[in-house]
Amino acid sequence: MLNERPDPDELLRRMAEEEKQKQRGKLTLFFGAAPGVGKTYAMLEVARAELAEQRSVLVGVVETHGRFETAALLVGLEVLPRRKISYRGVEVEEFDLDAALERRPSLILMDELAHTNAEGSRHPKRWQDVEELLDAGIDVFATMNVQHVESLNDVVAQITGVVVRETVPDSVLERAHEIKLVDLPPDELLERLREGKVYVSAQAQHAIENFFRKGNLIALRELTLRQTAERVDAQMLAYRRAQGIEQTWAASEQILVAVSPSPYSLPLVRAARRMAAALHAHWFAVYVEPRVSRPISKADEARLTQNLRLAERLGAEVVTLTGDRASDEILRFSKEKNVTKIIVGKPVVAKLFDRFRSSLVDQLVRHSGDIDVYVTAGDPGDEERGPAKPVHTPLRLSGYTAAAAASLAATGVAWLLFGRGQLPDVVMTYLLGIMLVSSRFGLAPSVFAAFLSVAALDFFFVPPFLTFAVADFSHAVTFIVMFLVAVVISGLTERLKNQAAAARQREQRTAALYELSRELTSAQSSRRVIEVGAAELEKVFSSKVMVFAPARDGKLSSVHAGPGLDAASERDASIAQWVWLHQKEAGLGTTTLPSSDALYIPLLASGGIVGVLGLTPSARDRFDSIDQRRQVDAFAGQVALAMERAMLAEQTEAARREVEAEQLRNSLLSSVSHDLRTPLAVITGAASTLLQSTPRVDEATAQDLTKTILEESERLNRLIRNLLDMTRLESGAVHVNKEWLTLEEVVGAALNRMDHRLLGRELRVSLPADLPLIPFDLVLIEQVLINLLENAAKYSEGPLEINASLASGEVQVEVADRGPGIPEGQEARVFEKFHRAAREQSPGGVGLGLTICRAIVAAHGGRIWVQNREGGGASFRFALPIEGQAPALPAPPPFEPQVRGASA
Amino acid sequence: MNEPAVVILLIEDEAQMRRFLRASLTNSGYQLIEAETAEQGLAQAAAQNPDLILLDLGLPDLDGLVVTERLRQWSKIPLIVISARGQEQDKIKALDAGADDYLTKPFGIGELLARVRVALRHAAKTESGEAELTLGELKVDLGRRQVTLGGEEVHLTPIEYRLLTTLVKHAGRVLTHRQLLREVWGPNASEQTHYLRVYMGQLRHKLEQDPSRPRYLLTEPGVGYRLRTDD
Repeated sequence: MLNERPDPDELLRRMAEEEKQKQRGKLTLFFGAAPGVGKTYAMLEVARAELAEQRSVLVGVVETHGRFETAALLVGLEVLPRRKISYRGVEVEEFDLDAALERRPSLILMDELAHTNAEGSRHPKRWQDVEELLDAGIDVFATMNVQHVESLNDVVAQITGVVVRETVPDSVLERAHEIKLVDLPPDELLERLREGKVYVSAQAQHAIENFFRKGNLIALRELTLRQTAERVDAQMLAYRRAQGIEQTWAASEQILVAVSPSPYSLPLVRAARRMAAALHAHWFAVYVEPRVSRPISKADEARLTQNLRLAERLGAEVVTLTGDRASDEILRFSKEKNVTKIIVGKPVVAKLFDRFRSSLVDQLVRHSGDIDVYVTAGDPGDEERGPAKPVHTPLRLSGYTAAAAASLAATGVAWLLFGRGQLPDVVMTYLLGIMLVSSRFGLAPSVFAAFLSVAALDFFFVPPFLTFAVADFSHAVTFIVMFLVAVVISGLTERLKNQAAAARQREQRTAALYELSRELTSAQSSRRVIEVGAAELEKVFSSKVMVFAPARDGKLSSVHAGPGLDAASERDASIAQWVWLHQKEAGLGTTTLPSSDALYIPLLASGGIVGVLGLTPSARDRFDSIDQRRQVDAFAGQVALAMERAMLAEQTEAARREVEAEQLRNSLLSSVSHDLRTPLAVITGAASTLLQSTPRVDEATAQDLTKTILEESERLNRLIRNLLDMTRLESGAVHVNKEWLTLEEVVGAALNRMDHRLLGRELRVSLPADLPLIPFDLVLIEQVLINLLENAAKYSEGPLEINASLASGEVQVEVADRGPGIPEGQEARVFEKFHRAAREQSPGGVGLGLTICRAIVAAHGGRIWVQNREGGGASFRFALPIEGQAPALPAPPPFEPQVRGASA
Repeated sequence: MNEPAVVILLIEDEAQMRRFLRASLTNSGYQLIEAETAEQGLAQAAAQNPDLILLDLGLPDLDGLVVTERLRQWSKIPLIVISARGQEQDKIKALDAGADDYLTKPFGIGELLARVRVALRHAAKTESGEAELTLGELKVDLGRRQVTLGGEEVHLTPIEYRLLTTLVKHAGRVLTHRQLLREVWGPNASEQTHYLRVYMGQLRHKLEQDPSRPRYLLTEPGVGYRLRTDD
């Protein structure tokens, strides 16, 4: 696999990285072999030079440890005040990240990169603060010693015997813009130490004696130099790659390290990282989850999580595979990904089983083909010595009682059925008992039952009877075989049970996920998606759920807070904001603000982040297991996708509505401009005729023209009123103000207002006397009646009718005429906007009246329709629902009038 | 006519509107004072003591509602609001603030003159304490507490009577629900509009020929009620 030219994808990736690097601040690392080599001093000197070049330099953290020369260099530099954190009653001073971000210097100095922040800080580690500073585009100078490099951690421990717990991931070093080696020969360092020029804390006094031995210092120095050299090498390579110089670049290596819950995996992961770094290879950390297994213990799970997290921090791509045989899965994955080297740990203690089954290493070596397999000796280091303890199941008495009972029962049954003659049948009876025990109570009780059974068999059924002595050798064989058969059966049964349990657990997980996706599918709006998703998450993870999503103004805001969380607090909101910006998880169980009560997960969908999920579990260790975390992530992913889908649908819908509104506006404009201009033309014409001086119009004509002007003005007024009403109704500005009213009231009001337009028209009103009070908006329903009456008057000549009737739960009102009626098939269309029954004979109007009626009636929860009458004419009807209880009749007046009303 | 002419103060910023009203009102025998802004209007009202004020709500310097409230602090001059704001809420606000009547633009001059006459008559009545009203067949004698329809006495309950007399006292003017409820049921009942609906219905059934096409007791939808006078 020789790359002649740079791969275009690779080039693009590099360009993107460079682009990112440009916006990102630059990290300059002052790197030394041991404390006291003068890193802080070197950093301050360079910083002063920068200051001299007019850069704004801020001292974030610098520890002078009382050294005069160092302190002298601080003079003239702006020092950021530390933030005081009260932690368990002790006041601690820490670097103030927010103030630094606020201050936005061009360059900031951060001493002791590996420092661990006091609890309550945003990040647990100082290097994470630095990452955030860099992300904000601020250049950083930082100091650090070689023993803090994560991948060299155990090497340093081996050399010096001192385990360093404060580590910095290698990726931080790799991304450093520049590494400045601060070197001091061991002899000089020891000299300085003797002179008291090296700061040593009181607690470290003891450790320091071991640490500052010449041999150690030489080894550390070599390590430092090598690390720096590797870095230079990498830069060289990067240059070559950019220039397309590939001759020395043989093949791209891919490394795989097999990780297990064992503590031995930690050094394994570090070894893999070193190899990957040396070979500039991409590397995978793979854990194979057995498809069928007994559930792993909590401690194992925690260790596995720790191992995989370390791998992730060191830059591995962490993969979890599922399969029966780890070797098969590892090899299948390796071939798929073109892995060239596999690293596995050497089994420390060969298990009994391994003698019968070939070990993982054996299988890997046998089937790996052209992949190299490296077997590394495990050394668990100081952290966890000793193999993982087996899961300790508390002695379950009922199981052993049952075992005893089963043996006893088998003895009784065999005695009654077979007596002493038929040994094979008796043995079968005992085996049956053992199987029953194992199927119900597991391995240990059934082995106990087997033991009891063999004893009972010997005692009661094998001569010499009633003793444990065995006369016949063949009987002894029978005992052994019976015992072995019992154990094997028990083992098999146990495995079957575990398989069933595992399957059940997986089944539950899948079912929960299925349930979620089913629920989410039915949710239409993003609001609903959030509600449904939150409810499911609350149920499945017994956590309180918060969801943050961008509001209309683009700012992240809390859109859901579970019960007990009245509203997301300011702290929640600020963490969510951080997650939103960085698209990384934070809070409980993560490396950012781990002291928080809640875990915050970015809701990432295909198009980017759509929101932030906050989970406050009932117990703090709820999400510690990889399994739980994976499920949380799966749920979050589902919710994110559903949210994205709903948001996209909402956007599409909004866009569609926009288009529709646009179309409507257009047809409205064309219709309106015609209908507005016609009366205006008439008015203008009539008025200008009246003004004309020669020839003057006669009195009768003048009168006529004036009347025309008045009529057309009224028409114009009606038109504008309709347009305004429609606009108000459509924009939702109209509030239906329901009151309990009589129909008589609204009919009276409408007729009163219509009076002059109905002059001379015969109108019959028939309202049943027993109509109850009906809830409706007087103003709006009056408008409906007026529009229907106007419509009827416009299209017909004969008498008009208003009728009402009470039907089940609603009142129906009819406005009928004896006009031409509605053409077949047009019954629904007449209510549409700008529709007119017959355009040619249209007596004017925009065709909005009926649309307004429909909108008003719909807003009341009623319906409106039209039908032709028997004997000709149209009948417009609308129905209003009668919901709720009419209020009680007026109470008697609060004060009696002094004189009786109308005297009799 | 040797009686002094009735003086009307017109507060309106639209020049065309003033022009039209000047022509029609002067033609009908009224004397017109004009103001373009609210401040001018208030000053004129204080200085000239007009018999009636016509007030536009949409003035450039102050909202008409504020003008109404300020005027009502010291004066009972009849005030008719003329406005392009036709929403019921606007009418209620103006009437509750103390306007005597409300006319939505556009309006015919006939309607305006009728309202002006009603307002002037009402003002005169409160001074002279006139106590009788005749509307077609309906006759209400406040002094004798007697209501007759076509000569026949009508029996009213105390509430009905009080409702009717309230309307009679303000005949021709719109009374808002709140005003009526306070007047008839007391200040605590100002939200109970359904009291009003029921008693108005009963009153119509006793006084109107066709309760579904009332001639006297008119509904002003969303605003209140009005007793129609003959003009």
